[in-house]
Amino acid sequence: MIPGTFDYHRPKSVSEAVALLADLGEDARPLAGGHSLIPMMKLRLAVPRALVDLAAIADLRGVRRAGTDIVIGATTTIAELIASAELAVALPIIRETALVIADPQVRARGTIGGNVANGDPGNDLPALMQCLGASYQIAGHAGTREIAARAFYQGAYFTALAPGEVLTGIRIAPPPAGHGWAYEKLKRKVGDYATAAAALVLTMRGGQVASAAIGLTNVGDTPLFAEDAARILTGSALDKATVDRAVAAAEAITSPASDGRGPAEYRTKMAGVMLRRALVRAAARATH
Amino acid sequence: MAKTHVTMTVNGQAVEGLVEPRTLLIHFLRENLSLTGAHIGCETSHCGACTVDLDGQSVKSCTVFAVQAQGADIRTIEGMANPDGTLHALQDGFREMHGLQCGFCTPGMILRAYRLLQENPNPTEDEIRMGISGNLCRCTGYQNIVAAIQYAAAKLSAPQEQAA
Repeated sequence: MIPGTFDYHRPKSVSEAVALLADLGEDARPLAGGHSLIPMMKLRLAVPRALVDLAAIADLRGVRRAGTDIVIGATTTIAELIASAELAVALPIIRETALVIADPQVRARGTIGGNVANGDPGNDLPALMQCLGASYQIAGHAGTREIAARAFYQGAYFTALAPGEVLTGIRIAPPPAGHGWAYEKLKRKVGDYATAAAALVLTMRGGQVASAAIGLTNVGDTPLFAEDAARILTGSALDKATVDRAVAAAEAITSPASDGRGPAEYRTKMAGVMLRRALVRAAARATH
Repeated sequence: MAKTHVTMTVNGQAVEGLVEPRTLLIHFLRENLSLTGAHIGCETSHCGACTVDLDGQSVKSCTVFAVQAQGADIRTIEGMANPDGTLHALQDGFREMHGLQCGFCTPGMILRAYRLLQENPNPTEDEIRMGISGNLCRCTGYQNIVAAIQYAAAKLSAPQEQAA
């Protein structure tokens, strides 16, 4: 399988990349790790006329503090997320999620920016970014802007990213110390997209849920932010009746495809099961 | 389509070539350099038969453009044997422990195992199995591949024997 022809550009700075994308027009695409884009190009599902490789832009790579927030550069690889000591302490759910993405070789090349910006509902990090309340930093010809992960996804492969724009980084305010977290993913084998997965961060106080945020992966055209389910859990002691109601609320917002991973009804139920398992593990990890 | 000049180091040797931007690294290795050890398997980033070492990481060379590897340091199965021609401990392990049947996955398995042992010289069985989870073998059931990697890990971590 050979991709279609394209012109290759390797700018050294974000401003150079943005200028190139503006000049090249709608048929140009940014290239990060290429582990979503290159397979799509081989299948000719994507036929860009030009690629703007972000790999030589050193500013886009790595994890850094910005005040109390953490900013992860767009071309930081999944393997680098796993290896980051900073993330392991402040945002351990990122490491847990990154470890169930694809396989070691893919994690060595695939990037967080590509994973979240491509708009593939099968990717794991978009729902996690919604759960964490992350913001995407975007550069375009007209300047820079930030958009919430919860407002970014419009449909399968459709996002708020306009032609000519590049996602440069992801800003996250880490949850407080003592928070509980879990990413639960059901998949058929290593390297598979989720049949269903749930990302959960919660805080507990006096045996009750003080706050909760839930994201669901691959059970709709976009990642899903399960706001109602989280609201039901807040203030509860995670008693069975409340958990049942929250799981039902989460299942209610899903609309998975029936495919090789199972019929839609099954995948909806599995989203509920993943949320239940995530609740047990996150509550056990939280300081009460 | 205009071609791009690329240079890289492959198995310790400086190489260069003219490639279309769409040329995949696996095709550059096999067709321009005649290094046919890395195999083309699934072509969809799943099977790992095309795995090579690129700047200290295992990568699937069917999912990297040759132009992305400009300046990179690459190792393939052709660069695994010792300079005196004796087999690398991993190659020896795959032979001794019968870690292959048809052999199609073997170059990728060995390159992946090479990087795994660089990162973790004494892996547990679980760590080996997770470490090679991006490499598919349809013959062996993996048991002897795991044994071959354990053999190599033990051999590589043993004190050097005195030459006879």
